[in-house]
Amino acid sequence: MTTTTKAPPEADQRPSGRRGSVRPGDRNFSIAARAAGILILIVLAGVTVFLVSEALPTFQADPSEIEGGEGFFSYVWPLVFGTLVAALIALIVATPLALGIALFISHYAPRRMSQGLGYVVDLLAAIPSVVYGLWGIQWLAPNVQGAWAWLAENLGFIPLFTGPASATGRTMMTAGLVLAVMVLPIITAVSREVFLQTPKLHEEAALALGATRWEMIRMSVIPFGKPGVIGGVMLGLGRALGETMAVAMVLSTGGFTWSLVSSGNNTIAAEIALDFPESSGLKTNTLIAAGLVLFVITLGVNMLARWIVSRRKEFSGAN
Amino acid sequence: MSAATSTPRATSTLTSNQLHRFAPAGLLVAAAAVSAGLAAVIGFSIPLFVFLGIVIFAAALTAVSAAVEGRRKATDRLVTTLVVTAFALALIPLIAVVWSVIGNGLSAFGVDFLTTSMRNVTGLQDQQTMQDGAPLIGGAYHALVGTLIITALATAISVPIGLMTSIYLVEYGRGRLARAITFFVDVMTGIPSIVAGLFAAALFAVLFGVGTRNGFAGAVALSVLMIPVVVRSSEEMLRIVPNELREAAYALGVPKWRMIVRVVIPTAISGIASGVTLAIARVVGETAPLIVTAGFTSSINTNPFSDWMMSLPSYVYSLAMRPLSGSEPQPSLDRAWAAAFTLVIIVMLLNLIARLIAKAFAPKTGR
Amino acid sequence: MSKRIDVGDLNIYYGDFLAVEGVSMEIEARSVTAFIGPSGCGKSTFLRALNRMHEVIPGARVQGKVMLDGEDLYAYGVDPVNVRRQIGMVFQRPNPFPTMSVRDNVLAGLKLNSKRMSRSEADEVAERSLRGANLWNEVKDRLDKPGAGLSGGQQQRLCIARAIAVQPEVLLMDEPCSALDPISTLAIEDLIGELKQNYTIVIVTHNMQQAARVSDRTAFFNIAGTGKPGKLIEMDDTTKIFTKPGVKATEDYVSGRFG
Repeated sequence: MTTTTKAPPEADQRPSGRRGSVRPGDRNFSIAARAAGILILIVLAGVTVFLVSEALPTFQADPSEIEGGEGFFSYVWPLVFGTLVAALIALIVATPLALGIALFISHYAPRRMSQGLGYVVDLLAAIPSVVYGLWGIQWLAPNVQGAWAWLAENLGFIPLFTGPASATGRTMMTAGLVLAVMVLPIITAVSREVFLQTPKLHEEAALALGATRWEMIRMSVIPFGKPGVIGGVMLGLGRALGETMAVAMVLSTGGFTWSLVSSGNNTIAAEIALDFPESSGLKTNTLIAAGLVLFVITLGVNMLARWIVSRRKEFSGAN
Repeated sequence: MSAATSTPRATSTLTSNQLHRFAPAGLLVAAAAVSAGLAAVIGFSIPLFVFLGIVIFAAALTAVSAAVEGRRKATDRLVTTLVVTAFALALIPLIAVVWSVIGNGLSAFGVDFLTTSMRNVTGLQDQQTMQDGAPLIGGAYHALVGTLIITALATAISVPIGLMTSIYLVEYGRGRLARAITFFVDVMTGIPSIVAGLFAAALFAVLFGVGTRNGFAGAVALSVLMIPVVVRSSEEMLRIVPNELREAAYALGVPKWRMIVRVVIPTAISGIASGVTLAIARVVGETAPLIVTAGFTSSINTNPFSDWMMSLPSYVYSLAMRPLSGSEPQPSLDRAWAAAFTLVIIVMLLNLIARLIAKAFAPKTGR
Repeated sequence: MSKRIDVGDLNIYYGDFLAVEGVSMEIEARSVTAFIGPSGCGKSTFLRALNRMHEVIPGARVQGKVMLDGEDLYAYGVDPVNVRRQIGMVFQRPNPFPTMSVRDNVLAGLKLNSKRMSRSEADEVAERSLRGANLWNEVKDRLDKPGAGLSGGQQQRLCIARAIAVQPEVLLMDEPCSALDPISTLAIEDLIGELKQNYTIVIVTHNMQQAARVSDRTAFFNIAGTGKPGKLIEMDDTTKIFTKPGVKATEDYVSGRFG
């Protein structure tokens, strides 16, 4: 099958000034198609309207009635902080690893192996988040607890590693690591895709100049793939910000603290998942307002990501 | 082992000093030995040993290569080591996930697990299981049924809307409406799953009263996540149908809608079906939206329009976070792992099916 | 079967761009008319305007008249779908439907319009059309195999069989041989010679020998420069166009002194 570059055919347009009869079949079908598209817009408008209207009571209520007793802002900022920190840890850990895997698959591994690896990466991206959460709480937390204890003991003077370290290992760092494992396949998939799209001509030009493999990658692959990789990282960030279950299950939540190796802190998504099922009254509205904040943050990140990715010509990446 | 062979060959300009091809392997062994020694002094642990080994190996190889082959070659070798290390390092958690799901999941998994619900199972039975060796009872049948019903409903909502929208975008869409839809489908792709859940919860709260939770609300939440995926993948598939086929149909005097239904869709059907399957695989494991919309229960509920409905992800979550018996959490954790295992199997099967569909129904060109 | 076409002062636009200007011509029934001319001169656009196929490109519109045996194709209320049922088209590249067998491809025009047919009737139409396209003997043993599995030349004849299965009055061919090898080209040219006994045929070609071989009348289109509209320069009997054309530009073009 070939891809045609021409625009798909448009509905039959009558010459100006003359209008013919439209077949009922054609009319009904095109109306149905258009209606489906409009329905999507309505749903999205509905999401916004319902979230805003359900969140409004929070802002109208007396600040002392909000959880924490000091108004919505002081309730939500530690959650925003937690959300950002967890996502940041995830990105710091996952990005170099993902780039390593992507380069390995695209330029180091034998051809046959790289295809299989690509498939495995796709499968890992499909594993449900609740499974990662269960793994994080049951396997990862006990295994990394020692490392956090060591950090608290030896680097405790840094505020981020203030002790005492959590005895269960269910800390912000652990949650961030689980998020890192979850976004790893996403960043890898996007980066691999752009690395593979590097024009062979550029690579061969570099090699023909006597470049070593790394010099070739630095000269041709990385400059070419940079915007795509940044876009992929941003997509990963969007996912990490909105991810709920891993944090809800792994983190032993609590009030705000700078320390990443003791229990405490929480993210917006996890707070909603943990509290919403048992919430009522104003608390429900507050949680929905928090959800709105999360929505706005992820929206911003995703738009930025798409803008960066779309600056590159035709790029078929993550979605 | 000697690190390098640097026999000078004055005659050729093409040869240069090069490490022997077994030199890296030799250095690796040496690095392992040194790091084992060092680790033994500090206090042996496998992570420490591996970490030290890699650092020593990378440093030694770079140093030796720089001395023998020059700086450029040394940088190349260092980066190769780093890339391979990053790859190996990333494999650890990925293998650990798969390993723990299989290792832990099999202990409670079985026919009984898939065919019984948690009704009337309490912490008491779990304590007996642990203390007296009574068999583990209670399974995930109700959650499996719930997952199937909710996912099927979500699919039934999402596929027609998603497919028709993609047809609109590819075959009809021009101008502002099409651009708006494309843009907002992009926006929708980025909605966090918990926000989709909140939307459905708020919608049902307004329509049917505060606190309304049932399977249908869960299906609506999942649809919000599924529709953009279906639109995206179907759109991509419809766009690669060659225009020549559309023209051929037009030239035969076929009305546009018949052309779409009888020519364009059949040509793209394998891609569309495989995209839909992948979309199902994506939402079948969604947990957060179901927690806030469908609720939890330990009984079988086959009516998505009333009462709370369990799903596999919620089952995993609730048993892992709130074991039936506080003093003996192990049986609950075993069940959670078994349900996670079931979920992973379902997702893998769906991915496999998607691949098979893409292969099997692809237009044949063979003679 | 077979009707004549009269074109009166036809302008074709893509949006604001005038692609073809002021073409008038008569196309006789049961004859082969060839359109020749340099690339981009509008001959394909004009051909597609003859069965309103150009309308599938957004923004395309026409001014003027195209009469099929006295009926204006562009009159108020005329359904382009009905126009195309009477005026079939064969394209530059063979485009059999990849999801259909050889037999279904031939019957596609009927089946896609949900025409009810008995099995024997369908078999008869398929055989008659395939025989008409000189393809029957080559594919009669693999009617149920995918149409896309045939060779390029066979695929193009399959497309011709598909076009004549709906029994059109006119058959438009847009460079039908440009993607084919010489032997397949010869087979198609022979077929055109046979088809003109029953159909009005209009063919666009870049190959002047082909125009000389197959057509009765030839129309030469030319373009003054990039961005200018294409125009009909001259139309006459093929022998006359190739021996003593009335216009200098035609002579330059057919003798290879063009440009």
